Amino acid sequence: MIFARVASEVIDPAEVLARVGSDRDGATLLFLGVVRDHADDRPVSGMRYDAYEEMAGEVLSKIAAEAAERLGTDRVAVVHRFGELAIGEVSVAIAVSSPHREEAYEASRYVIEQLKERLPVWKKEHYVDGVSEWVEGNVPPGTASGAEPVAVGVAVGTGGDA
Amino acid sequence: MSVPVHTLFFAAYRDRLGLSELTVELAQGATVADLVAELRGRGSPFDILPEQPAVAVNRTYAMLDEPLGAGDEVAFIPPVAGG
Repeated sequence: MIFARVASEVIDPAEVLARVGSDRDGATLLFLGVVRDHADDRPVSGMRYDAYEEMAGEVLSKIAAEAAERLGTDRVAVVHRFGELAIGEVSVAIAVSSPHREEAYEASRYVIEQLKERLPVWKKEHYVDGVSEWVEGNVPPGTASGAEPVAVGVAVGTGGDA
Repeated sequence: MSVPVHTLFFAAYRDRLGLSELTVELAQGATVADLVAELRGRGSPFDILPEQPAVAVNRTYAMLDEPLGAGDEVAFIPPVAGG
């Protein structure tokens, strides 16, 4: 079955993994996106994820359905978290299964790459030095992609790299 | 007759506007571009919004020529960074 969810609760990878797999499947893959302790060379102490929750749930469901179509089966599960996350916490879990490994790898990769392009979710890195900044992101396809105005003060992202 | 639309601001936009939502009255037949012009025309802090922002209308990504109707939900979407 296809499962997609955007939620604030801690992600249990085993629970996501348990949503895929069948007697027909010889390959099961679990991908975890995890909060790491640095951005380039700058030490990071944690991350805040914001979400346009209602829309993000819909977009994630679409992405999972597209991945399932590529996989040729319906065994795709993805959960994305929002809220304040500590180093080592899981921000996204993607589980897929298929008879052979090629389709599973392709579908898993499709979900993570597409959600980075399209999911209305944002992350703010908290640095060890006490500063926090929104991470530069991607302008989603199907929208205007004008440059950000020349900002006085804090930059909000490049806005032009989609 | 004016048309009320419900606007939402997220992430960096919300931080910089100090605002997460706002109802804006637009003229009949207005588009997303008219909404952007109306807001930016208010000056600071709304002039931090790009002239050509990414938006979603009723939870679907949309271009600036998208027509707006009463009760539509328009979200200003800063560059996204999930994963």
